[in-house]
Amino acid sequence: MSAPLLELQGVQKYFPVSTGTLLRRKLGWVKAVDGVDFAVWPGETLGLIGESGCGKTTTSKLILLQETPTGGAIRFGGEDISKLQSQELMRYRREVQVVFQDPYSSLSPRMRVGDIVAEPLEIHTNLSREALHERVTEVLELVGLQPEVARLFPHEFSGGQRQRIAIARALATHTRLIVLDEPVSALDVSIRAQIMNQLEHLQQTLGVSYLFIGHDLATVAHISHRIAVMYLGQIVELADSLELCTKPLHPYTQALFTAALPSHPDQRHEKLTISGEVPSALDPPSGCRFHPRCPHAMPLCAHEVPVRKEVAPQHAVACHLY
Amino acid sequence: MVSTIEETRASPVPIGARDFASVPRRWTSLARQLPILPLAILVPFILLALFANWIAPYDPTEPIPGAKIFEPPFWMQGGSSRALLGTDFQARDLFSRLLFGARVSLIVGVMGTIVAGSIGTALGILSGYLGGWVDQVIMRVTDAWLALPALVFAIFLATMIGPSMWNIVVILGLVYWTRYARVIRGEVLSLREREFVKLAEIAGGSRARVIFRHILPNVLNSTMVLASLTIGVVIIAEASLSFLGVGVPPPEPAWGSMLADGRSMLMVGDWWLTVFPGLGILLVVLATQLLGDWLRVRLDPQLRNM
Amino acid sequence: MAALLRVSHLQTYYSSFGGARVVKAVDDVSFTLGEGETIGLVGESGCGKTTTCLSIVGLLPSAARVVGGSIAFAGEEITTKRPREMRRIRGRQIAMILQDPMASLNPLFSIYTQVAEPAYYHQAIRGRPLRQRVQELLRSVRIPSPAVRMREYPHQMSGGMRQRVVGAIAMAGGPKLIIADEPTTNLDVTIQAQYLEVLKDIQQESGVALIFVTHNLGIVAKMCDKMAVMYAGKIVEQGSVRDLFRSPRHPYTRALLGSMPKLGSKDPLYAIPGHPPNLAQLPSGCAFHPRCAHTMPQCVSQEPEDGHVDTNWTAKCWLTDKQAQEEYVSAIA
Repeated sequence: MSAPLLELQGVQKYFPVSTGTLLRRKLGWVKAVDGVDFAVWPGETLGLIGESGCGKTTTSKLILLQETPTGGAIRFGGEDISKLQSQELMRYRREVQVVFQDPYSSLSPRMRVGDIVAEPLEIHTNLSREALHERVTEVLELVGLQPEVARLFPHEFSGGQRQRIAIARALATHTRLIVLDEPVSALDVSIRAQIMNQLEHLQQTLGVSYLFIGHDLATVAHISHRIAVMYLGQIVELADSLELCTKPLHPYTQALFTAALPSHPDQRHEKLTISGEVPSALDPPSGCRFHPRCPHAMPLCAHEVPVRKEVAPQHAVACHLY
Repeated sequence: MVSTIEETRASPVPIGARDFASVPRRWTSLARQLPILPLAILVPFILLALFANWIAPYDPTEPIPGAKIFEPPFWMQGGSSRALLGTDFQARDLFSRLLFGARVSLIVGVMGTIVAGSIGTALGILSGYLGGWVDQVIMRVTDAWLALPALVFAIFLATMIGPSMWNIVVILGLVYWTRYARVIRGEVLSLREREFVKLAEIAGGSRARVIFRHILPNVLNSTMVLASLTIGVVIIAEASLSFLGVGVPPPEPAWGSMLADGRSMLMVGDWWLTVFPGLGILLVVLATQLLGDWLRVRLDPQLRNM
Repeated sequence: MAALLRVSHLQTYYSSFGGARVVKAVDDVSFTLGEGETIGLVGESGCGKTTTCLSIVGLLPSAARVVGGSIAFAGEEITTKRPREMRRIRGRQIAMILQDPMASLNPLFSIYTQVAEPAYYHQAIRGRPLRQRVQELLRSVRIPSPAVRMREYPHQMSGGMRQRVVGAIAMAGGPKLIIADEPTTNLDVTIQAQYLEVLKDIQQESGVALIFVTHNLGIVAKMCDKMAVMYAGKIVEQGSVRDLFRSPRHPYTRALLGSMPKLGSKDPLYAIPGHPPNLAQLPSGCAFHPRCAHTMPQCVSQEPEDGHVDTNWTAKCWLTDKQAQEEYVSAIA
């Protein structure tokens, strides 16, 4: 049984909120991420789904070392990433890359595509120019682009092609984990399927793991093996993708499914089981954070924070109903 | 169905190109895009200044043998074709002095701008990208520097260091870098948040790499626009310094000092001593300003791909 | 029943560089909409759906002009109306909801002022009746405690609320037609669902007709009765939503439906090869032919006409033309 590639244990990230310019009084904490646990195994895709304010962006920043956790630990290959120094840190950076949502601002406008894709290699290796060129060609072909594009500049490409370039860059250094932050949301519908298929194909060929962050259930469910549902900084349900789609257990997950758009007009009539909006992370509800909006709330829910338990094989929920 | 390999687009939609089938299309569209007026002024001046050694009929620092002082231009009464635009108070040929003076103005203008631009851009980038106390220190220095009136400061420095052409270049560079620092810092602040910069940081790029490969190339546009607009200012500053006697020292010709020399003779009607150098300053500065305007429109990415 | 909106052979072109470059943003588009009906205009970026809507409300940018066809609203031709007349129609009879609520609301004015404005100008209501009308409108878009919230400003509200306020403003003039251009793109999933329910309620209460412009087929499946699929400035298929989802006739419609991931299914997605065309350099014949899986020789040389599939169901494709099919079959035999 192999070990997980990436592991988050009890990760917390609190942002201080203060007022005043000279004498900064502390008002409180924005608990963006409050006790998140999950693991990503080699060669699998873990989907992270949630609405704005749920903490998925902060989680990705923590994984990419753009922020440091206030509590808990993130382990990659068994090692705590906040304790990495110089060489090990460089190795982490080499093995974990990211693809962002906006294809129009993730490529350096004044660099040629070949240089953009080669950059991680230049940073981490000492390859000769020929070796670099070879690897760049290899990777460009992997994502379905002709090697000749290396000479061109980003503005000559469409959104879908730019995302391919971004993916090529993310793969250049034999990456083991790619964090994909809404990689297809900004693309045209017909291009999305191309990129999704490409990503799946790459995973099958290279065995790279993905953390796929998104807000569209159908898209995330399609590409992920397992899905983690986040709400207000916590993971409320973590299950195998198909299992989650057929039997969502947490009331929030169920609400997401009722809110999801149908794929056929005959599917129309599902009553929405949620109302109102996500409360502020500055002052989250006590106990189970979802209880004010939950149709099944019990008195217990306002007092005690539910612990995540595995209630079925590959299916864990944090809810007092179970 | 597996997705197929996409074709790449070879070139963007052509700008302003009619559907000519003929070969010179690239040239006509290029010509349409060049700023004719500024270049029509600047190119001759640059050529004249470059080849002054060969074009100028006389040594600008020596009087013309056999000529009178204050000779008017050749088309006026009393003038001769010996000294085309007349002579000055030492019977030196005005035309030759104008040519060499152009050299001084252009060199000081360009080099001074380069010095100012380099200092200002470097400080602006460091300030914007590194942030923290580096930013605070640089910005406070910039504020203090800006509080000093430019020309007065330049005069002060010139009297301290002593005038010579290269000293003036350095002095003007030191006086005018603050414009760049402010503007470039602003750009860097917004660039820093762009995703491609974050990607470089996440990939493990060192700060030097991010600055040189990602930040610097993207602020060069602004730097160039600022530079073309500053050249005019620097040329006028040099002319002012020379006018006041603390610029390029005599007998080296400089348009500013020529203006000063000829000032008193205006009352007597010897207009050519001031009008020609004045015209020179006017035209060159105007041309650089127009060029700067054109560059600004040309390089603004919002307007570029229409 | 006379159609509320009848668009016939509409052509709207953009011209730039003094006429040197002409982009046929909308090229021969026809559809009708009856009172209380909802039609979805579906397509990807650059297909012409937004330009069609701007043509209807008369808000085209200066570089664009309606060069042909007609738009008849409530029996009147509106392409020939003068700007002053169009201003009377906009807001009062036809309203628009745009994608970004922050851009649609003026940050300097209170919610009350903005919702009241159409009622004030078009229906000349004042004073207490006006306040009551505003509260009524806010209630109809399910904003709680309207009397309190109408004193607030846009920045004090969340994205979902703002979009609902935009909906209230749209309804304030009592329009017969609302054009919603990607109204939910920036909203979260659950907020989007609530908002769509609000729109449905409004429609049922007031009988207003809706044009939904979107690239998301899920919205069309949920909200619309009819749909028109646009590609490269033309409608390539239109008919009832049920018919098109069940058995789409145009390859592009089929491809779009096949490329949507469906919940609970891991079937591979159909990825349309290539990318949407550049309107300034359209392919010959049928604009979709470079990306189509069923291209026939005729598709490259001739632009297809509207093929009749059933009543009120047309597809612009040579495949619907039986003769073309037979020719193709005999050619490859």
